[in-house]
Amino acid sequence: MTTTALAAQNNRRQALRGGAADPAAAHDRAEAWRRRAPLLPALVFTIIVTQVPFLVTIWYSLRSENLLRPGEDRFVGLANYADLFADSTFRQAALNSVIFTLGCVLVAMLLGIGLALLLDRPFAGRGLARTLLITPFLIMPVAAAMIWSVSMFNPTYGMVNWAIGLVGFDAVNWTATFPVLSILIALVWQWTPFMMLLVLAGLQAQPKDVLEAAQMDGAGWGRTFTAITLPQLRRYIELGILLGAIYVVNTFDQIYLMTAGGPGTASANLPFYIYQRAFLGFDIGQAAAMGVVVVIATIIVATFALRLIFRSFEQKD
Amino acid sequence: MTTTTPAAPAARPGSSAPRSQPRPDRGAGPRSGLLTALTWVLAIGFFFPVLWMVLTAFKQENQAASDPPTWLFTPTLDQFRAVIEGGAGVYFANSLIATGLSTLLVIALGVPASYALAIRPVKKTSDVLFFFMSTKMLPVVAVIVPIYVIAGRLHVLDTVWTLVVLYTAMNLPIAVWMMRSFFQEIPGEVLEAASMDGAGLLRTLRSVLMPMVAPGLAATALICVIFAWNEFFFALNLTAARASTVPIFITSTMTSEGLFLARLSAASLLASLPVVVAGWVAQKQLVRGLSMGAIK
Repeated sequence: MTTTALAAQNNRRQALRGGAADPAAAHDRAEAWRRRAPLLPALVFTIIVTQVPFLVTIWYSLRSENLLRPGEDRFVGLANYADLFADSTFRQAALNSVIFTLGCVLVAMLLGIGLALLLDRPFAGRGLARTLLITPFLIMPVAAAMIWSVSMFNPTYGMVNWAIGLVGFDAVNWTATFPVLSILIALVWQWTPFMMLLVLAGLQAQPKDVLEAAQMDGAGWGRTFTAITLPQLRRYIELGILLGAIYVVNTFDQIYLMTAGGPGTASANLPFYIYQRAFLGFDIGQAAAMGVVVVIATIIVATFALRLIFRSFEQKD
Repeated sequence: MTTTTPAAPAARPGSSAPRSQPRPDRGAGPRSGLLTALTWVLAIGFFFPVLWMVLTAFKQENQAASDPPTWLFTPTLDQFRAVIEGGAGVYFANSLIATGLSTLLVIALGVPASYALAIRPVKKTSDVLFFFMSTKMLPVVAVIVPIYVIAGRLHVLDTVWTLVVLYTAMNLPIAVWMMRSFFQEIPGEVLEAASMDGAGLLRTLRSVLMPMVAPGLAATALICVIFAWNEFFFALNLTAARASTVPIFITSTMTSEGLFLARLSAASLLASLPVVVAGWVAQKQLVRGLSMGAIK
């Protein structure tokens, strides 16, 4: 569809919306409710299931509450938060969260762009190659974590050590010696196909006439890529980074199953550390305070990211 | 749906039509051959861990954990038999209920909401969308403790219904975001015509809009199914003996003594199979669903 046709259609839709909102004030209010009503069930459900527990989390975070010592809970103000910032494990877990999220999303995106470019060329069996490449995203994360920690990274019979042994390297105890790297590899493996699919969608949505025109004008592959393809891909890349980050920041399965946060707490991220404090240490107050800090940090980062995405699609409207 | 309106978007991602003519410049040549070879090496490399899981699932335990790895062996179904006799059925039934019901609920709640956001936008539409997406950013760990305590008080711990509610909340934001884009694709004339014919909201939704967004709904449902089927954290913390789901079952095949790799692989294969097959079959819908938020 050409841009003019799109604009015309948009105008028509706008006219339709505008036309329905014109009449008098009383009618207006009824109309407003008619418009709002379909939205309410989902909104109310989401508020109850996500916001109410969060308010309770804030309440817990101001109390000293340990499930192992019932009856001793009391209000402690901000003491949980003060303890938190003195806790070096918390800082380590926060750092690991950043490393896992940034590392996984960026590496997966770069690999995804490369793979998408390779798949965007005509060659025999392209459908099969794409099918093989998307499979890691479809494998259950728990199964993927097990495959990596046992089949691939096992020090005695793992395939990674076998492969590096072929070229003369010594066996490595991957998940014990390089826990963060091992988890990162498993995460990148799962998320690269996701990024690849998004970028591929962007590549295939490119207007073919523009590409052909660029070719006629004698633009080389590199020039066409930076001048036409990359700007077109920008929104797809942004969306991939945003969605990827939302999910990867909550990574739990791989850490729980591959290293259990260890050795010690070397590879724990915030979700895993909070889980440890809440369900293994039963320290509800501390765990809740960590949860609140994580939410505040997430909101700060997310506001920037979401606003960025929303700004660009409002401009498009 | 493209045939009903001449102005329907032609450059839809994942649609194969525009891809049928190869680019003129990159047809053949040694460079192209090298790139194709590289593509296959990477594709097989990425697929290798899955392939190895499949091979291991058909081995005996001592072949599964051998050094060097066993490449040639007589395939056996022993591991699958052990997995199924080990009580996999209950876990699969729980996963099926939790995934199926939560996806239906997401669609039931999400369709009216995304319709409202796309076609008859309220004031502050983008604020509402922003709110939905921001709940997706709320880390689940921040709410797991109250959810555990509240579920305990309501006596719904270790029930599959708790998972249904939580998976619905987990997938609803992303579904609203995606379905809104599908509704926005509907040309204004169609709505105009429907309202001229005097069709009410429900009738417009049911007989005019639903058929048009059906492919989009399928894509949305698929993504909800993937995330619900694979969910581990809530299942781990909120279920025990009765309501555990498939991911929990996989971890239970690990034992501290003896060899378990072949059995674990068989369980992993069975657990992943439904989603992998669905994703393979519906690749185009998957791409379309995921990329919608980028285009609109």
